[in-house]
Amino acid sequence: MAKMKGAIIVNTERCKGCSLCVVACPLNIIQLADKMVNRRGYRYVEQTNQDACTGCTSCAIVCPDGCITVYRKKIEN
Amino acid sequence: MENIISPENIVYQKPALLNDEHMHYCPGCSHGVVHKLIAEVIEEMGITEKAVGVSPVGCAVFAYKYIDIDWQEAAHGRAPAIASAIKRLWPEHLVFTYQGDGDLACIGTAETIHALNRGENIAIIFINNAIYGMTGGQMAPTTLMGMKTATCPYGRQADLHGYPLKITELAAQLEGTCYVTRQSVHSVAAIRKAKRAIRQAFENSVNRRGSSLVEIVSTCSSGWKKTPIEANAWMEEHMFDYYHIGDLKNTTEQ
Repeated sequence: MAKMKGAIIVNTERCKGCSLCVVACPLNIIQLADKMVNRRGYRYVEQTNQDACTGCTSCAIVCPDGCITVYRKKIEN
Repeated sequence: MENIISPENIVYQKPALLNDEHMHYCPGCSHGVVHKLIAEVIEEMGITEKAVGVSPVGCAVFAYKYIDIDWQEAAHGRAPAIASAIKRLWPEHLVFTYQGDGDLACIGTAETIHALNRGENIAIIFINNAIYGMTGGQMAPTTLMGMKTATCPYGRQADLHGYPLKITELAAQLEGTCYVTRQSVHSVAAIRKAKRAIRQAFENSVNRRGSSLVEIVSTCSSGWKKTPIEANAWMEEHMFDYYHIGDLKNTTEQ
């Protein structure tokens, strides 16, 4: 069966760490990076489980700063 | 993983019209989402060269720095008056104002009501977060009853401060308006609906069907002294009871 595989890239310099994507992600695979900040002093988010992502775009849609780019591809098993 | 990340697999990215300028909004601010929706809608309609925004006084005063279309800055509350003039001179253009509740529902009430009543072919995007965000969280006309702000620290009281102003309900009564709706941007589904509403309002402006008002019930996490996640939850719990989400008027469907 074909499966959707997704991937996200976070623009960590633009991210303000508001965490709205963390709660929007249906798979709970986005978190604030541990003890890491960008040049502006904001903690930014990162994906914790890259293999699970389906590319549903929820995180990117709710992001107020447009920091997240989402990729999606159909993988044939 | 690597073979997924390639340009042909992109399903969502920041709209090109929203430039790389760092937005000055607080983390989690609804303004960012609405800016993004406006940029997406203008891009999808293919009217970048024919779009004129009027930015307000308030948190969104720098809106012109973030979306790469033509903008005009207005004096406090006067955005609908300026937008009326621009639309009359450029009837083919999309003309919209982007205003907060202090700008639109307080100092600019007269301009708002009269522009809508004249049926100017403009779209008004109204960000209602029930507070004066930029100046430090003072009470606005839209502040809810009992809500605490810097200028009503014991909560808003009817005998002292009057009642929250439902400007969108007022606008729906006016003959000049063709589309009046209230949306929010707290969830994926709500954001999709808000985008459709903005698209409808912009199409009404381009096709000269009358005035459109899209109210977006928003959060102000700094003014409300909450985290962005708590602010969204608070909005769902308290704001939607008073500011009901949905279309109030749509005469363009017949």
